[in-house]
Amino acid sequence: MTDHAAAGPFGLMKNRATDGDRSGRARLVIAALCVVLALTVLFSLASGASDASAFAVARDWLFPSSSPADALSARDRIIVYDIRLPRVALGVLIGAALAVSGAVMQGLFRNPLADPGIVGVSNGASLGAVSVIVLGGTVLAPLTGLLGIYALPTAAFLGGLAVTLVLYRVSTRRGQTSVATMLLAGIALGAMALALTGMLIFMADDRQLRDLTFWQLGSLAGATWGKIAAAGPIIALGLAVSPFLARGLNALSLGEATANHLGIPVQRLKYVAIVAVAAATGASVAVSGGIGFIGIVVPHLLRLLIGPDNRYLLPASALLGASLLLLADAVSRTIVAPAELPIGIITAAVGGPFFLWILLRKRGIVDL
Amino acid sequence: MIEARNISVSIGRKRIIADVDFEIRPGEMAAIVGPNGSGKTTFLKAVSGDLPYTGNISINGRDIAAMKPWQAAAMRAVLPQATALSFPFTVHEVVKLGLTGGRSGVLPGEDERLPDRALARVDLDGFAGRFYQELSGGEQQRVQLARVLCQVWAPVLDGSPRYLLLDEPVSSLDIKHQLIIMNIARDFARRGGGVVAILHDLNLAAMFADRIFVMHRGGLAAAGSPQSVLSDELISRVFECRLKVGALPAGNTPFVLPQSAAL
Repeated sequence: MTDHAAAGPFGLMKNRATDGDRSGRARLVIAALCVVLALTVLFSLASGASDASAFAVARDWLFPSSSPADALSARDRIIVYDIRLPRVALGVLIGAALAVSGAVMQGLFRNPLADPGIVGVSNGASLGAVSVIVLGGTVLAPLTGLLGIYALPTAAFLGGLAVTLVLYRVSTRRGQTSVATMLLAGIALGAMALALTGMLIFMADDRQLRDLTFWQLGSLAGATWGKIAAAGPIIALGLAVSPFLARGLNALSLGEATANHLGIPVQRLKYVAIVAVAAATGASVAVSGGIGFIGIVVPHLLRLLIGPDNRYLLPASALLGASLLLLADAVSRTIVAPAELPIGIITAAVGGPFFLWILLRKRGIVDL
Repeated sequence: MIEARNISVSIGRKRIIADVDFEIRPGEMAAIVGPNGSGKTTFLKAVSGDLPYTGNISINGRDIAAMKPWQAAAMRAVLPQATALSFPFTVHEVVKLGLTGGRSGVLPGEDERLPDRALARVDLDGFAGRFYQELSGGEQQRVQLARVLCQVWAPVLDGSPRYLLLDEPVSSLDIKHQLIIMNIARDFARRGGGVVAILHDLNLAAMFADRIFVMHRGGLAAAGSPQSVLSDELISRVFECRLKVGALPAGNTPFVLPQSAAL
């Protein structure tokens, strides 16, 4: 565990701060991550199959109508503002949502392996979303009629919420969460959701199937301002709640009883955390399908760097999650250009081995 | 004052403690002693608000069942028997969690330095930067005590006394640190707070406690000053082995000498 020690990449900070206090380093890392995200956003806006240059984009953004001759062409303008910008915005929202959901869930279950994708929450959200896609015109018509564009993300949110609630009930007894039960119950619930989703897909017609296939692979392609308007508020709600959970989640790392002794209303904390995770994960799944591993990789890396204090871990996760997803998306758009590789494939290809590494590394320290 | 009347706790169908009465005034240190399984921890958990109970428990005249967690946290801090930590926090960060509930009782600007002061009190100077999970059991226990001290640093806040509820605070400590911790607890009481500590060491109880509560099979077998409670007959009966109580020639603090496991 020496890599947790204070003499990390920012070891120079050590002597200035109180010993054992990593908050100064955490603030520095968060500031750096802000810069990284800004650069990543700019890079994503400027890169792609078309050749609109980064310089022209930045210039057009800073001085919209300074000199028409140097500014973006009309075609580039459409590409940047109606194709790339919504895609980047969606990537930032979803990357942040997935990473923060992972971090909150890990705090809630008191385990670094908890992740909405691994314990079936994403599958539950998928079931909700697929229900709306397939049954939206028939059985669920009242719902889609009532909620309009919000029907899909809302259904995904409810699906994710149902799985999280059942999972928590099953795996927690007298305030102690059994990790083995959590993972096994997650697999069982995920499989059940998958089976129901399969049945719905079986019932789908050709047009719905095309929608489904595209969506299931997990991709930011097809991002539109409309999708952002539909999923954005729900994701934003989940993200906005998370800072208020940070102190409670910190206290919870000492166990539920001790958190309560420290003045935390533990039951309320747990339910708010579950709803926040389900909202952020559900709405993300609704617009971009299942993008795995961001929720486990990002918080884990950051804990090594700045420690597990959620007051810093949550915002840092949002920033790094957004940056990493944008980078993965940039790779997915360019690696086989002009075609696109679904981003879920890239995050899984990188995240899978990383997850294995965590497990192997953990085995020496904490028995699962 | 902490007052408990007719406390009974059942887990499932099994009644763990029945009709326990308990009372501790500010300025006092109380020890709860008794054999394994006699209900000491269950009773302390009821007072801490961890378990449902029947009867009435109040702190400074307020029913704990009607208190919000943060209101209770301002009046008492709890040291559990064992604490598992789920993420790699440093010692400094763990101790600082004691400040979660808000007002420890130091001036606002001093909050930052409180973890270091608390660590110094439990003889863990220089441990702030270490990782909690890498410490020995006894060191972890002292870190937790420092965290608890942070929560209620001032024994009296705004005129209200505050309380330490300690479940076996010295169980994994060497004898020097047992004495250090017991001194911290007694000092907390002398400065106007109250302390309830579950202890296994009858001699430490006799030495430090103003009052001893002896629990036996889920009920209270005796309560009172060490001199009145510690008798050969009572403790031999409660602990089901032969024990001899003596008194040091210099003072009137009794001590207990084990004789044999058989009665």
